[in-house]
Amino acid sequence: MKYVALVYYQESIINRMSEQEWHDLNQECIAGVERLTEQGKYVTGQPLQPIETATTVRVRDDEVLISDGPFAETKEQLAGFYLLDANDLNEALQLASRIPPARFGSIEVRPVRELPPKD
Amino acid sequence: MNTSRHINDIYKQHSRRVQATLIRLLGDFDLAEEATQEAFTAALKQWPDQGVPENPSAWLITAGHRRGIDLIRRRQTARQNQPLLAEDEHATPEADTDRIDDDMLRLIFTCCHPGLATEAQLALTLREVCGLTTEQVASALLQKPATTAQRIVRAKRKIKEAKIPYEVPERRELPERVQSVLKVIYLIFNEGYSSSSGDGIVNLNLAREAIRLTSLLAELLPEGEVFGLLALMLLHDSRRSARQDENGDLITLEEQNRDLWDREQIHSGLAALTQALQLTPTAPYTLQASIAAAHAQAGGTEDTDWSRIARLYEVLYQEVPSPVIALNRAVAVAMRDTPEDGLKLIDELASHKAIQNYYLFHAARADLYRRSGDLSSARAAYQRALALTQQGPEQRFLNQRLTQLDSA
Repeated sequence: MKYVALVYYQESIINRMSEQEWHDLNQECIAGVERLTEQGKYVTGQPLQPIETATTVRVRDDEVLISDGPFAETKEQLAGFYLLDANDLNEALQLASRIPPARFGSIEVRPVRELPPKD
Repeated sequence: MNTSRHINDIYKQHSRRVQATLIRLLGDFDLAEEATQEAFTAALKQWPDQGVPENPSAWLITAGHRRGIDLIRRRQTARQNQPLLAEDEHATPEADTDRIDDDMLRLIFTCCHPGLATEAQLALTLREVCGLTTEQVASALLQKPATTAQRIVRAKRKIKEAKIPYEVPERRELPERVQSVLKVIYLIFNEGYSSSSGDGIVNLNLAREAIRLTSLLAELLPEGEVFGLLALMLLHDSRRSARQDENGDLITLEEQNRDLWDREQIHSGLAALTQALQLTPTAPYTLQASIAAAHAQAGGTEDTDWSRIARLYEVLYQEVPSPVIALNRAVAVAMRDTPEDGLKLIDELASHKAIQNYYLFHAARADLYRRSGDLSSARAAYQRALALTQQGPEQRFLNQRLTQLDSA
């Protein structure tokens, strides 16, 4: 079963990090992805650029509306995602708990939905 | 005894366990419920002629499993359920006791999974583990039946769609998960013990359900804190008949008629506590049970071992540093030493914002002022307490105290 682990944290925490701390965190994430891959649990994933790079698109009445920024201002911001292959929610939660930003942010774990077969 | 009465007894005794196993075999809560009902219907038809089988739950599980598979086929949801059927169709459902016990534990852990909202955990546990109807759950939790039903449906959907596994957690996760099960049970108990509605009748059933559930859990999973919680609930519940007078007015521990305490239940509580103390002597529920036991063993407030109680609260506070526990510790110190000593400790707590809105904080202060003879401070504190509680019996109690102060 596939689960998406959405990584949220306050970007301000990252901004306050020293070069070294930021470097260590990235290396820890790389090692984590390697471990997940070895276990056959990692499908894909990607960290994201900070929210000031975000642009939001909506279509209303056939009109494309584009606005600067993320879709909602929240206390913690979406920072990346993992697509995991886990047996069940317990395993997915256990894998998610080892994602390094879980220590200072939040990881939302959700099962993926399969689209119905094509007509 | 006639067969249908016998079947009725078997239903009471085994239906939860049969259903717990069928959930594992069929992989679906609702389907398992229907299959359980159909298995008992079949039993009602067949057993009066053919006699009750030697192992009724094995018979019921086999019958229920077969009915469940028929139901899946009939509904033509076979596509969706195929992997499940392929896996289990050939497996003969085992009915040995260990396996069934495991299924009961699986059911408890699944209903109390921390991935479900607390409200949903409560409703689902009462419905699936205790076997209450949705209407009974709703009235016990003071909810509208439609709200409860919706919560249960949503919880079951999450179990299915997020794939919350039907399993007893691994050793590594067990301590935390047991805690979350115990928390749900204690919430159920407290919901029954001090019903939060206006008229304040003690809801006996929920407290009894919680005790029954914990006894079962203690059999299946003999961990220290399971015994600790069991002891705590038995000891608290033993004072049930003494806590309120015939008008539903509260009677404080000090003023309770201890002859009304249920001695047999105290005895069971102390036995559970002995087990708990051997395993987890300083764990929170065990400590709280030890405190309840100190009260249960005293003939009255005067011969209560207040220094032991103060010490136990001290250890409990080290384990769980919450202001509410600090408040209880202060009261115990006041009883051991003087009201002024207790008040000094209570004043140290005043910096906690949350406790300022807790009516018992002000009620405890008021009581200590009353004991120390500072009646005007007592009156002010009782009035603050009164402003903070919505419960009828508590309000009447505080008003009564205020009247007593006026006539003093």
